[in-house]
Amino acid sequence: MAEPLTQTTLNPLAQKLRLRLDEDQLTNCMRCGFCLPACPTFRETGFEAESPRGRIALMKAAVDGILAPDQAFEEQMHNCLGCRACEPVCPADVKYGQLIEQARDAIEDHTVNHRWWVKLSRRAAFNFTFPHQNRMQWIGRSLRFYQKSGLRKVVRGAGIMKLFPKYMREMEKILPDASSRGVVEQIGSRHAAKGEKIATVGLFRGCIMDVLFTDTNIHTVELLTEAGFEVVIPETQNCCGALHAHSGEAEGARSLARRNIRVFKEAGVDYIVSNAGGCGAILTEYDHLLHEDAEWEQDAKWFAKRVIDVSDLLVSHGRVPSFAESSALPLRITYQDSCHLRNVMRSSNAPRQLMSQVNGVEFVEMKEADRCCGSAGIYNLTRPEMAGQLLEHKMENANATDTHYLLTSNPGCLLQMKHGIEQHGQSGQMQAVHVVDFLYERMKKQK
Amino acid sequence: MLQEEARLELKAIVGDKLFKDDPESLVTHSYDGTPMLQALPDAVIYPENTNQVSDIMKVLHRYRIPVIGRGSGTNLSGGTVPVQGGVVMVMHRMSRILEVDLDNLTATVQPGLNTKEFITYVEGLGLFYPPDPSSMAVSTIGGNIAECSGGLRGLKYGTTKDYVIGLEAVLANGDILRTGGKSMKDVAGYDLTKLLVGSEGTLAIITEATLKLVPPPKYKKTMLAMYKDLYGAARTVSKIIEQRIIPATLEFLDNSTIRVVDDFAKLGLPLDMEAILLIEQDGEVESVERDIASIEAICRAENAERVSIAESQEEALKLLTARRSAFTALARLRPTTILEDATVPRSKIADMVLEINRIAQKHRVQICTFGHAGDGNLHPTATTDARDAEEIHRVEAAFEEIFEAAIRLGGTITGEHGVGLVKSPFLEWKVGSVGIEVMKSIKQAFDPLNLLNPGKVFAKESRKRVVINRG
Ligand SMILES: Cc1cc2nc3c(=O)[nH]c(=O)nc-3n(C[C@H](O)[C@H](O)[C@H](O)COP(=O)(O)OP(=O)(O)OC[C@H]3O[C@@H](n4cnc5c(N)ncnc54)[C@H](O)[C@@H]3O)c2cc1C
Ligand code: SF4
Ligand code: SF4
Repeated sequence: MAEPLTQTTLNPLAQKLRLRLDEDQLTNCMRCGFCLPACPTFRETGFEAESPRGRIALMKAAVDGILAPDQAFEEQMHNCLGCRACEPVCPADVKYGQLIEQARDAIEDHTVNHRWWVKLSRRAAFNFTFPHQNRMQWIGRSLRFYQKSGLRKVVRGAGIMKLFPKYMREMEKILPDASSRGVVEQIGSRHAAKGEKIATVGLFRGCIMDVLFTDTNIHTVELLTEAGFEVVIPETQNCCGALHAHSGEAEGARSLARRNIRVFKEAGVDYIVSNAGGCGAILTEYDHLLHEDAEWEQDAKWFAKRVIDVSDLLVSHGRVPSFAESSALPLRITYQDSCHLRNVMRSSNAPRQLMSQVNGVEFVEMKEADRCCGSAGIYNLTRPEMAGQLLEHKMENANATDTHYLLTSNPGCLLQMKHGIEQHGQSGQMQAVHVVDFLYERMKKQK
Repeated sequence: MLQEEARLELKAIVGDKLFKDDPESLVTHSYDGTPMLQALPDAVIYPENTNQVSDIMKVLHRYRIPVIGRGSGTNLSGGTVPVQGGVVMVMHRMSRILEVDLDNLTATVQPGLNTKEFITYVEGLGLFYPPDPSSMAVSTIGGNIAECSGGLRGLKYGTTKDYVIGLEAVLANGDILRTGGKSMKDVAGYDLTKLLVGSEGTLAIITEATLKLVPPPKYKKTMLAMYKDLYGAARTVSKIIEQRIIPATLEFLDNSTIRVVDDFAKLGLPLDMEAILLIEQDGEVESVERDIASIEAICRAENAERVSIAESQEEALKLLTARRSAFTALARLRPTTILEDATVPRSKIADMVLEINRIAQKHRVQICTFGHAGDGNLHPTATTDARDAEEIHRVEAAFEEIFEAAIRLGGTITGEHGVGLVKSPFLEWKVGSVGIEVMKSIKQAFDPLNLLNPGKVFAKESRKRVVINRG
């Protein structure tokens, strides 16, 4: 006989889940299964528990007292990439991203027994480093010192990297040169539009972005001013809070959000432009993040409404400059969607449209370009096996395009693609580059 | 929990990784697409080939353990909810296309194959597999066969049963049965192939299917007609068929659906229309143009307020938007969406829609109706909230009357979703006591121990005011 669906008293984690999880969203899932084919972890494993429908059912069962959430439950919640490919395909508009964050928040709150070094590094990252751009830059300086001083050579030679997990070892190789001076330090914080001004935009520079990809930030400014936008870069803006939110540190994310909102509001901008899908997505969700905060709710809405990705802004409102490839060789390019740009900011056409406009370049659509590459924030570190599998499949598809450039629009994806090319790809033949940098190099400037 | 011996034997067949009975696996196989139904199985198993299925069935048979075949769990009749426990057998790991025979125009596939993947694959070969349930991006061919699923193309091209010509299936005792084959004609004995199509996992586990393929249509044209008078729309449907035109698609939206869709997709639809018909014809260019012209004339003669004919692919897509977003729009309205499939002879569509509206009003529930007008297969869809017991009670009462009305008008309780658990109490209304007895004897012949998907199709008691348990 079927085990009766008896409701047991909720265990402590279940009680935390019940407090955190949005019951409406849990009920909204009608279990139609339309999200199954979109989910990378379901596709890789074929197990329903590894699918969005399965994970929501687990959350609901925990709240309903049908399932006592245990270690396996926690692991399942962490197995999710948070890529949110399940959201655009959901007929019922279930806010899966919110549910998984609430679940992780409850788990984090419940977990007192992180191993000491996990606790310490979480604290160092979430409370000490990310919230402070100057500390990020300090890291940038250290990294730069490491890369440039010859220390890297020593470390590599001595095999010290072998002490680190495999993935970190591989990443160390492909990390771009870090910069100790961010975009503002290099080019200043206010830039006039070329020609008649269309609007004033605030650039969200991103904390990692500004250390590892400062040039991309500079190029973003150049593209925007060229297209008719005045650009301001509020200096006291800070980390977007995405990593906090996705890792169950909702309170940390909220305080970062409040600071950003204040700074951009004071700057009086028409748009808030992001060039990193991962940051942009959480910025568009500040309204949700602060929806229970009466004091900030309105300002959060003001902010969220104005957030837009650089490609989208160029296509929808800008005077798009013309782009041309200067080398005589026929150049082939392809594109890997940033999950959060596509699934949360719902922008997939604009970057493609811009890339296709470059003269002398052939755009080739990659099979399953919309599927997560496995980078997914810190997923690479926490679930190396699944991440590796996803990357391998991704690179099979990338190699099949036989292109020279693999473009993307998020720093995490970019690093993962570089890593992928190094590991499985045609390194030497194919390069991973941010869309903005690719376009900037080929932009014809107005005289 | 299964007894330890059975567990070990099952694990020995598929290996430790493909037999699961941890709480997470049980919870995630306790439901399907049917609202408000849930029951835990005792275990979940993922066979990789027919021999494993056979071996598993032998073990289950010996220990008298029920088995529930499962594709993607999208069915809407409670078909995969393990109401009597047992082992859920997930067919996803048997998902290969074994052969496409270009001489005979057949394909042989495994049951766990995704429907859309299959359709895309054969289209790549310049061929066509018409059954297209709206769930095809998720559903499996095995699930389609077990439910005899239909779709938008059903009117002209038929449903799943018209394309299954051979099957391999494993019986309750583990024996492997082969039926039909690649021959288009076959009268050797009873037609067991057709008997297994639509058997909802209660007669055998399907492990392989040979499907008929057809050449794709060369050309397609799409049009939309709007009516202030429901009967005008209904007469249009009848007249089209009377004139011996069988459109590829003939879909219908009622006024309440139009309102919801417009609110969702901001299409600027006129809200005072009682019905919209979406019509598509495919085939050779000249005959399509001729048919569309005749259909347009019929629409106008029946006082359609507006008729639009798509001149390009983009325009066609625009016209299709209203119908395509119907389900999504309804699903977002309230937390719980109950999609039924009461079906009537197509001449009775207007009467049925009016009946549905009357019944909905009587029970104070919101029911929007859309569906396949060409074959009379309507989808009265209730939007409600599972947490409101009192409202759910009214919704159930309304659906009961809707089933009654469908049968009264010469129709049936389910056109394509199957009986499963949800409609089992009403089956006798449709097939009569003699029908039930014959069906029960067939079940007995295939599955004397009642191990295959027990509790489905046949209700413990037929319905005359018994409350169904939708926990
Ligand atoms: C939003 C939505 C739209 C839908 N639209 C349509 C539609 O347009 N037309 C339509 O007809 N249906 C529709 N359905 C219903 C459903 O999708 C179909 O019935 C589909 O065929 C089920 O396929 P599945 O793989 O999910 O099967 P499941 O739901 O897993 O199983 C369905 C039944 O088949 C049995 N079964 C599955 N595999 C096997 C096997 N290998 N051997 C024996 N028995 C097996 C199961 O025991 C169960 O009884 C819709 C459902 C949803 C949620
Ligand atoms: S698509 Fe949406 S409603 Fe359907 S099962 Fe997935 S989350 Fe639930
Ligand atoms: S966020 Fe991505 S990995 Fe997580 S359930 Fe949704 S589709 Fe799957």
